[in-house]
Amino acid sequence: MTSLRIEAHPVLEFEKKKKVRFFFEGKEFEGFEGEPIAAALHAAGVKMLRRSPHKNRARGFFCAIGRCSSCIMEVDGEINTMTCITPLKEGMQVKMQKGHGEIKP
Amino acid sequence: MSRNTEVFVIGGGPAGLSAAIVAAELGAQTLLVDDSAKLGGQLIKQTHRFFGSSNRDAGIRGISIADKLCEDVKNLKDRLCVLENTAAVGFYSNNEAGILSQNAYERVSYQRAIVCTGATENSLAFENNDLPGVYGAGGVQTLMNVHGIRPGQKILMIGSGNIGLIVSYQLIQAGVDVVGLVEGLPTIGGYLVHASKIRRLGVPIYTSHTILSALGETQVEGATLCQVDDRFRPIPNTEFDVECDCICLAVGLTPLIDLFQQAKCRMVHIGELGGLVPLHDSSMKTTNPEIFVAGDASGIEEATTAILGGRIAGARAYESLYGSNDKVEQIVAEAKEELKTLRSGSTGERIRWGRERVLQEVGAC
Repeated sequence: MTSLRIEAHPVLEFEKKKKVRFFFEGKEFEGFEGEPIAAALHAAGVKMLRRSPHKNRARGFFCAIGRCSSCIMEVDGEINTMTCITPLKEGMQVKMQKGHGEIKP
Repeated sequence: MSRNTEVFVIGGGPAGLSAAIVAAELGAQTLLVDDSAKLGGQLIKQTHRFFGSSNRDAGIRGISIADKLCEDVKNLKDRLCVLENTAAVGFYSNNEAGILSQNAYERVSYQRAIVCTGATENSLAFENNDLPGVYGAGGVQTLMNVHGIRPGQKILMIGSGNIGLIVSYQLIQAGVDVVGLVEGLPTIGGYLVHASKIRRLGVPIYTSHTILSALGETQVEGATLCQVDDRFRPIPNTEFDVECDCICLAVGLTPLIDLFQQAKCRMVHIGELGGLVPLHDSSMKTTNPEIFVAGDASGIEEATTAILGGRIAGARAYESLYGSNDKVEQIVAEAKEELKTLRSGSTGERIRWGRERVLQEVGAC
């Protein structure tokens, strides 16, 4: 599969940012610092970000602007993080939350 | 904590930025809040050139219009305070509003509010429309034009209005294969110039068709389409499948009006303007005399008309505090003239009709 990252564009230029490493469900991934977590996962081909609590339906990226809550995940232990507007940082632990997620003390 | 301002603008898209710029330029102390990290609203993902009007932004790309407005905002920083990552969450009595930033809640005491909350995207009912890979056109543009990531390799576009047509072209520019464009009506909804562009690039346009279902278990792997009759009912035995890894919905927008309802502004449902909108007069004032409206929240149109509506609202909000002057009248007269041109002709017919109905309803109350 060819990469989903746009390398050349007739109108836009995308700033090259610093590459960082992060973990999704314990597996190592690469993304760019400061881009939304969901964007980095999408670029890496991860489409399903969680399952719905009641009907167990696959849920993924949707609105991209922090409105719809489709992309909520557990990030560094914090549940219900809107990954489409949360900037990626080196070493982040990103997980699919189970059900409604579990609040850690 | 609380803040005081004369003019309080909610929303940093083309309408809100323009309203805030005009109010501050005329001399009002102005506060602008926007809930995203970057000002500009939807303009920051518009890579196409705008038709605009002869003296406003014709031939300029949306992203450049946003840059220009942000530059004007910066130059007015003595009178115009901007809070990004800050959402307006409600109005109280006594001209107070609540704003929420990442970790803090504050109250804003204002004299006039200009609400430019924009719109939300419509969805469409079909089987599996919740599968990952089904995106709104706004989400697709954000991913592609702001973050530089394609939504997929092969995309199916639903809706042939200007957004569907323009985003299809943007997808092709980004290297995505647009496998087809589906339209329920027998004719293309948007401008022919946009449609011709994607047709020349070989994108099949299926008019009088609809999507019955998205295929796949955990992500989109295809879609089933079929023909519809003149009452949009699927015609049996016309189903066929297309292969794609994402589906983009460009099926219209609905004004985002919660704050107006909460502030007890009178609302009116006008289909031509996208649904419920706050009643407002030609100075963009709602039935709550302290609250003005501009942009898509006043009726779905496009960025150039949002800018002009914002300029009128900014000038009239200032005038309602300090009285009129030559500059106020000049700004309003110019904006009205440009709006008239933009809404002229057959393409502006629905909007003209919807706008006239708003004014009639206002006159009646």
